Amino acid sequence: MNLTFTAEEQAFRQEVRHFLETSLPAAIRERVRLGRRLTTDDHIHWQNLLGEHGWLGANWPAAHGGPGWSPVQRHIFDEECAAAHAPTVVPFGVNMVAPVLMKFGSETQQRHYLPRILDNRDWWCQGYSEPGAGSDLASLRTRAERDGDYYVVNGQKTWTTLGQHANMMFCLVRTDPNAKKQAGISFLLIDMATPGVSVRPLITLDGAHEVNEVFLEDVRVPVANRVGAEGEGWTCAKFLLTHERTGIAGLGHAKQALHHLKALASRLQHRGKPLLEQPIFRQRVVKAELELMALEVTNLRVIAAARDGGVPGAESSLLKVRGSELRQELSDLTRRALGPAALPFFPDFLYGDAELADVEMAEAAAASPQYFNRRKLSIYGGSNEIQKSIVAKTILGM
Amino acid sequence: MDFSYSDEQRMLAETLERLVADQPAPERRASQPDLAAGQCSPLWHTFAELGLLHMPFDESVGGLGGDGTDLMITMQALGHGLVPEPYLAGLLLPGDLLARLADADQRARWLTPLLEGEHQLALAWQESSARYDIHAIATSAQRHGNGWRLDGSKQLVMGADAAAAILVTARIAGEHPDADRLGIFLIPPGTPGLTRSDYRTMDGQPASDLILESVTLDGQACLSENAAAALDATFAVGIAALCAQAVGAMQSSCEQTLAFLKERRQFGTPLSTFQTLQHRMVDMHLHLEQARSMAILAATSLDRPAPERDYRIAAAKAYCGEAARFVAEQAIQLHGAMGMTEECLVSHYAKHLVMFDHYLGDSDYHLEYVSEHLSAA
Repeated sequence: MNLTFTAEEQAFRQEVRHFLETSLPAAIRERVRLGRRLTTDDHIHWQNLLGEHGWLGANWPAAHGGPGWSPVQRHIFDEECAAAHAPTVVPFGVNMVAPVLMKFGSETQQRHYLPRILDNRDWWCQGYSEPGAGSDLASLRTRAERDGDYYVVNGQKTWTTLGQHANMMFCLVRTDPNAKKQAGISFLLIDMATPGVSVRPLITLDGAHEVNEVFLEDVRVPVANRVGAEGEGWTCAKFLLTHERTGIAGLGHAKQALHHLKALASRLQHRGKPLLEQPIFRQRVVKAELELMALEVTNLRVIAAARDGGVPGAESSLLKVRGSELRQELSDLTRRALGPAALPFFPDFLYGDAELADVEMAEAAAASPQYFNRRKLSIYGGSNEIQKSIVAKTILGM
Repeated sequence: MDFSYSDEQRMLAETLERLVADQPAPERRASQPDLAAGQCSPLWHTFAELGLLHMPFDESVGGLGGDGTDLMITMQALGHGLVPEPYLAGLLLPGDLLARLADADQRARWLTPLLEGEHQLALAWQESSARYDIHAIATSAQRHGNGWRLDGSKQLVMGADAAAAILVTARIAGEHPDADRLGIFLIPPGTPGLTRSDYRTMDGQPASDLILESVTLDGQACLSENAAAALDATFAVGIAALCAQAVGAMQSSCEQTLAFLKERRQFGTPLSTFQTLQHRMVDMHLHLEQARSMAILAATSLDRPAPERDYRIAAAKAYCGEAARFVAEQAIQLHGAMGMTEECLVSHYAKHLVMFDHYLGDSDYHLEYVSEHLSAA
């Protein structure tokens, strides 16, 4: 038993680090570092750079144009990207709909959509949650009625992340209202330009426009845009929930956040000494450090199991719960560290192009909004309570 | 990066699992008689026959050269069965120090019989004024002719009643060139000037306090006059072992609690159908798995350079101490009033898991170490 990376894995880390140092544009890196929102152009620019290098479909098998990385390599890649302040790849196309298409899509669908994902021609969003279907996703009510070669879709989706930029949405719809809950659901690909699709922003408590409501009124979707058989949409959705979730703890982000927190608390002064030397604050940081150490080993255990052919299922629920709690704790400590400097709110700086003359103000600006934004981590992707119920059912057999 | 066991390690785990399963259940052990000094239990002799007593020691001193993972597997199994044999206190801690420090004669007299299961030893390090600090030792050792004279007192010497000799840490005093350094001395029972008072700990372990009044020893009784680094290394091994033992006990507590929740019915339905209890059970499981990760980190850090080793060891002990208490408290709570009784197996585990934190430094002590050595980057 050992916890060290092989020489090849360490060389791979150096290769990723070198790529990030030479390819990540300084302006984008700085915006990510300061927690400022990126434009769609920023996202696409970075994803194009990754794509040109063959690294955009990091989870993709080589047969579909991915780099064919092992789970360990993907872990290293994620860690290095977070450490370098690289933008998070918008996951809905490359990491979410793509694996579903590879597993359940027709050859035509794969040939059409997968290349468009890899060269960023399509921006995908996710049409899962509804106002009446959150944790109980299978109770969704958006209807798709067959009309010749089309489905006519009516309903409403919500929490649609970055849907304002999307031209495509993968969507769970009810095709058989009489079937048992999960059985009547199908997986549709909807062109956002189709008449009847409208997007309304939902502004979250950090003042950001990240999520949306999507209204669907008599939207005509070709039957050819259904993935898998009619009524098998739930299988696709479930597959997504277990697919390659070894990165779900957000370990790279947590490491970066702890690193940032320590630097901040070393710089900020409290009664003539660095805040990090203040015993009460220091103890909070130490506890977060311990939690990170434990989470890292747990994450490596799950990655090693995946590398050796296991499928991380419910174990990833454990990673999600502890990872989200740790990242929330770190965002809390970062906000606390700033003290009174956490109070000013500069949305035009964070979400627009307005600059702040005061460097310290700019460095501090994202802390409080990010603290509030990170509340989402224990809610989205199946709330932590849902994750615990999954563990209770599938690991503990309760 | 590899978390799998080798074939030999899988066999070790299976052998131990069978052996532990054959032992009387912990709630029926209270009636077992105390062993007389120098006697080892039948199970201890089985350990010897299986090579378990040789396992954690280097081949150069007659051991089997087992690594941290082997030790982890062993201690996890012993913790899982709450086996009372003093593998840590009677074998590992004194044996590890002997392996690091003893000369050939001392090895032949004390270490070889230890590995053969012919006797057990004990380590006396704790003093009332020092809490958990292994270096803050007031017991003194003065040159006395060709030998030494020791004065002071020791607390909580685990297994001293059964030990063929007690390894005692003492500060070298007087004009000696090694003055102020830590020495280690071997003291057989019955040595004039040594007074022992025996008791049991909260979790049922035999322990003793020692008073040393002008205990005079010959030169061969001195194991080392400069043992600080060896003590650090031995305590790292001991703490890694202790964490693994606690993980085994946590796992058993989780298994017992889960089985109870599935079997016990209230309001016409098994307790395991209540979501609030399901989530509490998952929280126990989360603590267990995170503690297991820290025990793995500790077990695989024993051959690292001392600063890195000690940082990880302290982190693991601090983390496992908190997790063990959480699991113990939840296990009692989820068993309800039955969990409060001596008849209920889980209560014995709970005592062990809470008292675990008091052995070799508690969570606060190790958290302080991590805090003092926290890197600012």
